[in-house]
Amino acid sequence: MKPFTQLDGLVCPLDRANVDTDAIIPKQFLKSIKRSGFGPYLFDEWRYADVGEPGMDCTNRPLKKDFVLNQPRYQGAQVLLARDNFGCGSSREHAPWAIEDYGFRVVIAPSFADIFFGNCYKNGILPIVASAEVVDQLFRECAASKGYHLRVDLETQTVRNPAGEWFTFDITPHRKHCLLNGLDEIGLTLQHADEIRAFEEKHRAAQPWLFA
Amino acid sequence: MAGKTLYDKLWESHVVREEADGTCLLYIDRHLMHEVTSPQAFEGLRLAGRKAWRSNSIVANPDHNTPTDHWDRGIEDPISRLQVETLDANIKDFGALVYFPFKHANQGIIHVIGPENGTTLPGMTVVCGDSHTSTHGAFGALAHGIGTSEVEHVLATQTLVAKRSRRMLVKVEGSLSAGVTAKDVALAIIGKIGTAGGTGYAIEFGGSAIRALSMEGRMTLCNMAIEAGARAGLVAPDSKTFAYLDGKRYAPHCDWDRALAYWRTLKSDDDAKFDAVVELDAAKIEPQVTWGTSPEQVLPVGSKVPNPAKEADAQKRAGIERALQYMGLKADTPISEIKIDKVFIGSCTNSRIEDLRAAAKVAKGRKKAASVKQVLVVPGSGQVKRQAEEEGLDKVFTDAGFEWREPGCSMCLAMNADRLAAGERCASTSNRNFEGRQGAGGRTHLVSPEMAAAAAIAGHFVDIRNF
Repeated sequence: MKPFTQLDGLVCPLDRANVDTDAIIPKQFLKSIKRSGFGPYLFDEWRYADVGEPGMDCTNRPLKKDFVLNQPRYQGAQVLLARDNFGCGSSREHAPWAIEDYGFRVVIAPSFADIFFGNCYKNGILPIVASAEVVDQLFRECAASKGYHLRVDLETQTVRNPAGEWFTFDITPHRKHCLLNGLDEIGLTLQHADEIRAFEEKHRAAQPWLFA
Repeated sequence: MAGKTLYDKLWESHVVREEADGTCLLYIDRHLMHEVTSPQAFEGLRLAGRKAWRSNSIVANPDHNTPTDHWDRGIEDPISRLQVETLDANIKDFGALVYFPFKHANQGIIHVIGPENGTTLPGMTVVCGDSHTSTHGAFGALAHGIGTSEVEHVLATQTLVAKRSRRMLVKVEGSLSAGVTAKDVALAIIGKIGTAGGTGYAIEFGGSAIRALSMEGRMTLCNMAIEAGARAGLVAPDSKTFAYLDGKRYAPHCDWDRALAYWRTLKSDDDAKFDAVVELDAAKIEPQVTWGTSPEQVLPVGSKVPNPAKEADAQKRAGIERALQYMGLKADTPISEIKIDKVFIGSCTNSRIEDLRAAAKVAKGRKKAASVKQVLVVPGSGQVKRQAEEEGLDKVFTDAGFEWREPGCSMCLAMNADRLAAGERCASTSNRNFEGRQGAGGRTHLVSPEMAAAAAIAGHFVDIRNF
C-alpha cells in the first residue's frame, strides 16, 4: 500500500448526498479479476454519455460535459469533496480502487458509509469526516475560486485552506500508523499468530460444532 | 452493572486481542465467498506466498455472473466466465468446506445457500465480501460485509481488524396487517431512520412483530439492515431458529443439545443498554413502494410521489428533484398510477421458498398485464427451485405469463444478461433502487413479492390488501 503523509491537492466538489458505490463504479466493471485499471470508469454513468463496458478505451467516449470530473478546472484533482453518506450500498472495494486509480488520495465528507470508509484505509486513501458547516464552507470556497487547493497533513491530522484556516480530523492510532507507513495489515496481524492459535483452541473446545 | 446486548455477547466471545485504542482482532468462524470480490484476495495470498488459515471455514459459490437461462450454453460472456472459472481454480487450490460450482444442483445466491445448508449458526461471526452478509444476522450470528482487502486478511489470518459498533434496538410491537411483510417492515424502518440512520451501529430487531416473523422474514429484514447504513442486523435466536436448523446438513448433530444450551443464552439481557432505540407500531405499517433512487425514498402504496416544492431544505429538495427526473416521475402522482414495464421477483432479499409461495398465491389463476414486457421469477438456490417445483409454483408462474428461471443474483444488480434497458420501469423485490442498479438508465421500485406479483397482473402498483 502507498503510504500517506501529506498532500497539497486540487479539490473537486461532488455536490450530492448518498453517493452509492454503484455510482462510483458500475457493476459491469466488477467482472475484472484485477485490482487496477478502474480509474477511467470512475462515476462512469455520470461521466460519459454512452454505456461503458469493461476494457473499453475511454479516450474518445462522449462526455457529459456538466459533470464535475469533466470540467477543465478540476483536472488533476486529488481531493474529492463530497456530501453525507458517501460510499453507501455495496461493499465493492472496486470503488476505492477506482477513486485511487483516478488520482484522488483524500475524500472529505460530513459522513461516510461504514464499509466504504474502512476500505479506503486499505488502499492508501484518507477519508476525512468534517462537520456539515466546514464542508459547506469548503464547497462555497471551492466554487468561488478556481484552482482551489487544500493542504492535508496526516501526522498533525489537519486540513488547511489557502487562507490558512484549518480544522482537525479524527483517525484511530492503528489506522494512522498503517497509513503513514503504508503497512501491510496482514503482516502485522500475523505477528500475533500464536494468540490467534490459542484463541482458536479455546473456541474449538467450547463450540466444537463450529469446526465441523 | 448493566446487562449485555446480544451484539456485545457475540463481539466479546470473538475478541482475540484488543489494542489500547479499542481496535480488536476478531476471530471469524464462517467465510462466505462469491466470484466478484474474491479473485484479488486470492491473488494477494499467492503473491505473498501465504496459505488459507482455515479453509474449512469457507462456503463459496458463484452467483453474480451466472446466467438464469440456457444453462446448456454455459456462461456466454467471456469476462464473466473467466471470473467464475477463477473462483473454481482458487477453491481448488486453497480449499473450502462447501463449494457449489456453476450448475451444481445446490448452487444459488450465497446468502440463500449458507442458511439452507446449516452453515450459518447462532453465535458465529460470519463475513463475506458482500454487503448483504447482514442477512445471516437473522440467526443471531454477527454477520457483516467486508471489502476485498479484508477478504484476503480473513483468508490469511482468520481474523478481522475491527472496532466495536454502537448498538441500536429497533423494536416493532404488535401485529402486521394481512398483506404486510418483512420487506415492508424493512422499508418502513429505512423510511423512518434514513439510509444513514444505522451508520456506525449494529441493529438488533426486537419486539413481538419480529418474533412472529418466520426465519425467511427475519432474513429479509436483516438483509436490508445495510440499506439503513448498519453493517450488521441481528435477531435473537429462538425456537423458530432452532427448528429451522434442526437436521440441516452442516448444523451440529452429536453436539446438538450442547449447542442448543449455548444458543439459548444468545439474547440481550433485560437490563441491557442500547445507544439508540427506535420504535415502530406494526399495525401502522402499510405495503411500501420506493419512488426514488435511494431506499429511504419510500412511501406507503396509497401515497403520492412527493413534491419538491414542499421541501424546505435546499439539499433535500435538490435530491428529490434529481430522483424524480431520473425516475421519470411527476410530483404528486399517486403511486398506484405508476405503470411498470418489467417485474423482478428474486435476490438475496426475497427469493426464498416463502417469498415464491407468496408471489404464486397472488399470481394463481391470473395473467400478467399485456403492457408488462417481462416478469422474471428467479429462485434463490437449486434447493428453493426444486421445492417450488414440487409444490407446483413454477406452473402457477408460467401459466400467469411469468418466466421461471435458474437460480442466481440476476436482475438485482444485472451483472449477467438479466437487466433493464434505459428508461424501463421495474417493480423489484430486490434491495437497491440506485441509479443504474438494474441496468444503465433503468428505474427500480422496491416492493414485497406480493406487491411485485400484483403489479405484474395489474400493470401498475396496487394495494395488495385490496387485490
